[in-house]
Amino acid sequence: MVGYKFCEKLTSKSNSFKLIVFGEESRRAYDRVHLSEYFNGKSAEDLSMSTSTWYEEQEIDLHLNNPVTGIDRMAKTVSTLSGEIFDYDFLVFATGSAAFVPNIKGIEKEGVFVYRTIDDLDLIADYSKNARKASVIGGGLLGLEAAKALIDLGIEETSIIEFAPRLMPRQIDLAGSEMLKSKLIDLGLQIHLNKNTSSIEGETYITGLKFSDDTEMAVDMLVISAGIKPRDELARQCGITVGPRGGIVVNTEMQTNDPCVFAIGECALFEEMIYGLIAPGYEMAEVLVSNLCAQRKSFKSFDMSTKLKLIGIDVASFGDPFIKEPDCRTIVFENKHKGIYKRINISNDGQYLLGGILIGDAAAYNMLLQTSVNRILLTENPEELILGNRGGQQAGASITNLPDEALICSCEGVTKGNICSAVMEQGCETLDSLKKCTKAGTGCGGCTPMVKDLMLDSLKAQGKYVRNVICEHFKYSRQELYDLIHIHQLKSYDEVLNKLGESDGCETCKPLVSSLLASIWNEMILKKGNDTAQDSNDRFLANIQKGGSYSVVPRVAGGEITPEKLIVIGEVAKKYNLYTKITGGQRIDMFGAHLNDLPVIWEELIAAGFESGHAYGKGLRTVKSCVGSTWCRFGLHDSVSFAIRIEERYRGIRAPHKFKSAVSGCIRECAEAQSKDFGIIATEKGWNLYVCGNGGSKPQHALLLASNVDSETCIKYIDRFLMFYIRTADPLTRTATWLNKMDGGIDYLRNVVVNDSLGMAEKWEAEIETLVDTYKCEWKEAVENPAIRKRFSHFVNAPEDKDPTIEFVEMRGQKRTPEWKTV
Amino acid sequence: MTETKNNWLAACRVEDAAENGGVCVKNGEEQIALFYFTRRNEWYATQNECPHKKQMALSRGMIGTLTDEPKVACPFHKKNFSLKTGECLSGDECAIKTYPVKVENGTVYIAVNR
Repeated sequence: MVGYKFCEKLTSKSNSFKLIVFGEESRRAYDRVHLSEYFNGKSAEDLSMSTSTWYEEQEIDLHLNNPVTGIDRMAKTVSTLSGEIFDYDFLVFATGSAAFVPNIKGIEKEGVFVYRTIDDLDLIADYSKNARKASVIGGGLLGLEAAKALIDLGIEETSIIEFAPRLMPRQIDLAGSEMLKSKLIDLGLQIHLNKNTSSIEGETYITGLKFSDDTEMAVDMLVISAGIKPRDELARQCGITVGPRGGIVVNTEMQTNDPCVFAIGECALFEEMIYGLIAPGYEMAEVLVSNLCAQRKSFKSFDMSTKLKLIGIDVASFGDPFIKEPDCRTIVFENKHKGIYKRINISNDGQYLLGGILIGDAAAYNMLLQTSVNRILLTENPEELILGNRGGQQAGASITNLPDEALICSCEGVTKGNICSAVMEQGCETLDSLKKCTKAGTGCGGCTPMVKDLMLDSLKAQGKYVRNVICEHFKYSRQELYDLIHIHQLKSYDEVLNKLGESDGCETCKPLVSSLLASIWNEMILKKGNDTAQDSNDRFLANIQKGGSYSVVPRVAGGEITPEKLIVIGEVAKKYNLYTKITGGQRIDMFGAHLNDLPVIWEELIAAGFESGHAYGKGLRTVKSCVGSTWCRFGLHDSVSFAIRIEERYRGIRAPHKFKSAVSGCIRECAEAQSKDFGIIATEKGWNLYVCGNGGSKPQHALLLASNVDSETCIKYIDRFLMFYIRTADPLTRTATWLNKMDGGIDYLRNVVVNDSLGMAEKWEAEIETLVDTYKCEWKEAVENPAIRKRFSHFVNAPEDKDPTIEFVEMRGQKRTPEWKTV
Repeated sequence: MTETKNNWLAACRVEDAAENGGVCVKNGEEQIALFYFTRRNEWYATQNECPHKKQMALSRGMIGTLTDEPKVACPFHKKNFSLKTGECLSGDECAIKTYPVKVENGTVYIAVNR
């Protein structure tokens, strides 16, 4: 990675060098920071730092699978494994590090691995297929990553063995380690601290571990992650000075004892320290490039602050995390219930933040790091830095207080000043253009939220009204457009564009306007002229899947289905060779349908009494239910019947985003109603109505809008709530985000919906009533209309032919799509 | 290299094309996306495969303009490509192939080199 960064920086700064790169591995440089994502579906190519043609485009001579084997410093040549000899003027070591393998008896056995390269990962993945129990030696950062990888590979029992009394001993303290440990145990990992492995048991392959305390443990495989050792063997061989415990000794200009030889990254030893993080590695590359281009720059000892997400758990440490009384004062917050531990160390005079540790919640990391690095004066309540502002003045933790030299993106070395001037002087007004221009946020990505906030702040400071317009074709917000379409009685995308917009539209405004038209008029969305203005899923009334096939989801209201209908789904799926899966919303998804087959599949489903499930549209998805009082001994009301009533009432209604609902028959909440856009829970006296919850990447619990209401009132409130949402939410905004942005929050919303503070209740209820009355199954209309039906063929000039490039592979007795076919 | 010569492939009738959208045309093994930009009274043809994830999908994408440059957005990840030049307008994906189109007597022809 550092070697690649060096090439990137050098080629962008100068073209007077001829670069030759030698690599031992068969792959171009790849992202080792995110190595564990290899087991999460990322391919080796996804992890690659560059495109396959990059080196060629930069005229860099790249030799893979061909490591340097000898260096002649007198002749200034290197010889490689292939037997070739190359001249050099300057030689750069960016050889990185290898896994440190302790000398344990039996270490050579089969089933013992290190965790360092993609090849290692391939070997681990291969062996894991026959393993049930695995261990990782080393509870540091990489060890935990390796343990996560083993979980991802489906190993049933994974344990971590650490010699020290705590996890991540270089980053966090004992209390932090305990918190992390309990969270890891919750995730199914076993943690053994203070454990010293004395031997690895087994004949040819590993069967167990023995420890110095005479205990034993049976394991089928072992991953060693006990630290790193710099790859300095070549340097050593040719007489370059290395440290007593390894590492190529460099000065502030990254130069070794030979003025023409340099070292950067994890193989370099600077002031007796190996920097095993990406940011200092990139800084070393920058320093060396500057010096080669005759701009003086020197490397200073680097801040080792770090923030990472380990198995979904935030862990961060910054500044001096371990400094103790009497050299400082510490403030500690611990919440065992939520698994959060935060510690900050402040100077004895209370003025400066010296360092700290965050476990479980590291949202404040960037701000804390900046506060400590830039020596920003603390307010009198520094505890607010970790507890949040509880009224009154903020504890100095705002980006506006940062000095211009504050380093925001440490991977690419971008300061607040760089970002603000890119916004103000170079006109970068979107996150994408800002990233392109400054490179901020393109490394680990951790600073992206801060970069965005700085951008918005700078725009506001310039007096730029950040107006919420849709795109270059419509200078209106979604809300404005909603009213205008109503007022002007516009019925098609082209009419709206001609009357209210300019130019020829795009993929942002087309689906948005189409959704508004559907919300307002509820006409068949594929009416001529409107079909190509639909999002592509709406255009074909199905969800496009990897490979280009579609999925079919009929409505199963409330999750209730007769055996006869189940059989029909089974038969249809069999007939058209579809993969079937139960969805999270209590219905059945059939995947892998050819575009050409969609009309016939739906014809059969409709004949059996099914209708569209609108899984492709921004509208109501499902109303999930528990079985309720008809069967359950705890059930208070008939939750299934109410769920069906609700689902049939709101089916097909288009909204700014999809929305989901659920009805639970009692407080045990088996339908998980509080995670839905609106959720209903039975009480002794009626129903409790919750709103604005969602799952997804940022889960949020729904909030109580009204309690103990009867069914009619509940539906009335939902009518008003939905119409208010449909009329006022920004495009593609779920109800939770809509509420988060609403001034006054849930209290305001309750006032509007329950107390009718805007006087709109009657109108909204009537509007919903119209939508309910005009509902028609889109698929029924589509299969019955020859002009629409004709669109469901892949080739316009060969309507009978299906897309021949669609392929499937077999898995567990069904089919699936092959991986993305990227180069 | 042998000289390539344009052959005009009769793709479809004008009324078979999707107004302000795309259809896919089969040319032997090759798949071509044909776009009828009715608003601008323009015709475009490009390769049907999106180079980003190698999906046969561009004909199902939405078309539109970016500062007056006609473009198509892939339905998979919304990568934008110019309909005129084939150039990728978002990110670093490689350009897509474009083909000349002509309409004669209500039939749409695409120039294919074979």
